[in-house]
Amino acid sequence: MEKTISTFEELKNICNGITVYEAAQLREAELSEISVAEFRSKVKKSLDAMKEAIKNGLKSHEMSISGMCGDDCERLQKRFLRHHALLGRLFEKITTYALATIEENLRMGKIVACPTAGSCAIVPSVLVGVSEELKISEEDQINALITAGEVGRIISNKVALAGAVAGCQAECGVASAMSAAALTQMLGGSVDEILNAMALAMKNLLGLTCDPVCGLVEIPCVKRNPFLAIHAVTASELALAGIKSKIPPDEVIDALEQTGKLMSPLLKESSQGGLAKTKTALELEKEFLQ
Amino acid sequence: MKQSTIIDIISPIMAGPSSSHTAGAIRLGLMAKNIYNGKIKSVTFRLYNSFALTGKGHGTDKGLLAGLLGLAVDDSRIKNIFNSDIAKQFDYNYEYAQDFNRHPNAVDFTIDGENGRMIISGESVGAGEIAIRKINDFTVKLTGKYNTLLLIYKDVPNMIARVTNAIHINIASLNCDRYAKGEEASMSICLDGSVDDKVLDFLKNIKNVYFVSYIKKLES
Repeated sequence: MEKTISTFEELKNICNGITVYEAAQLREAELSEISVAEFRSKVKKSLDAMKEAIKNGLKSHEMSISGMCGDDCERLQKRFLRHHALLGRLFEKITTYALATIEENLRMGKIVACPTAGSCAIVPSVLVGVSEELKISEEDQINALITAGEVGRIISNKVALAGAVAGCQAECGVASAMSAAALTQMLGGSVDEILNAMALAMKNLLGLTCDPVCGLVEIPCVKRNPFLAIHAVTASELALAGIKSKIPPDEVIDALEQTGKLMSPLLKESSQGGLAKTKTALELEKEFLQ
Repeated sequence: MKQSTIIDIISPIMAGPSSSHTAGAIRLGLMAKNIYNGKIKSVTFRLYNSFALTGKGHGTDKGLLAGLLGLAVDDSRIKNIFNSDIAKQFDYNYEYAQDFNRHPNAVDFTIDGENGRMIISGESVGAGEIAIRKINDFTVKLTGKYNTLLLIYKDVPNMIARVTNAIHINIASLNCDRYAKGEEASMSICLDGSVDDKVLDFLKNIKNVYFVSYIKKLES
């Protein structure tokens, strides 16, 4: 088994007759000198923690330290009790699970940074929401999470997954790309379809800035999570239809890297521009600092 | 380039809200605890740049303290650490600074206790990953991913050979630094396995070795 897989092209080449998670779990187990079963049990630990965060988040409406966010999941749940979502039950699950998880995060609850805490709700909401609706087995959920992890890992070899380095495209953007890959795996997509889903999701989030109000993982991060979870579903549906990203996966990641470098530091987690410098943001800042 | 693993990407399981500002802070505290390796009397946390500006809302202050007290990144006590009895073990205070020569998420721990004063500088580099960059005046690079041997010794020929000859497990990386030729020098050696006390005693007895510390890796 080839030990260093740094590009999607290399990944595609080793997936000769096997799929992404199979190649990934063999390599990871070998590298960490553990069995595939042990590796999968580590993945299951993250999966279980994701489910726990959703459960806790659905029940709570405790506000964050700043008091700016924390009760939107409750609001959305109430709405869906009265009116079903236009896009159906799965849409309701994904969006409420995403808000449940990200709000659990801002009240210092226990979450899984996947890949980061500010983007922690995207992969779980898609993975758990779809699994429940389509009755996907735990083994297949683990396969999907490994697929998400492998995609994130390859991206992280080129771009640091940190808003301060490359903006929100490298946090929520990458989480959405990981989710698109995971969902495509769950729906039985081929290696090509998985990588295209990733590329399509990523491509449409290039340039996403990180401009958090008061420098906190709250505004716009909380609402961005459900938005980009749904974004991942679009990417996966397109890819499963055989629609290809005309720009190949590795080149999309090159563009992500370059865009991150070109992005002004004012828009990379420094809260010196964008939403963070709006009139209302400055008022919130004053209020919060008191 | 160094590769991360899948588990790095889909973890840690942590107390929110920020992998860099909360989990990273806790892990920096845990590393500082492992490095100091003794009873602490007091500590000053000096937070720089983004850590200083947004630390409060992210619980960075709580995380640094919780880590130094030995709490894991997913410990539910972190949220209320200031009111917790375990936080009464030593005195602590916080300073805030802007210095654009430092990393956006940098911190200095000035620790006083049974091992005297130690100043440990670290950075939270993203996604919960950390790097300790300096211990007192020596440049090091500790990420908490490996068991690490830290040696202070006299800068004379053959020291690296003598030290590495005593270690019979694979070395992942080795970094050296010195004040000046022939003066005090430091060596940090990241290991793929662990060493026992016999190796540590042997290293301590090598001529021109002043100090040996064994810094255990962080639980992931």
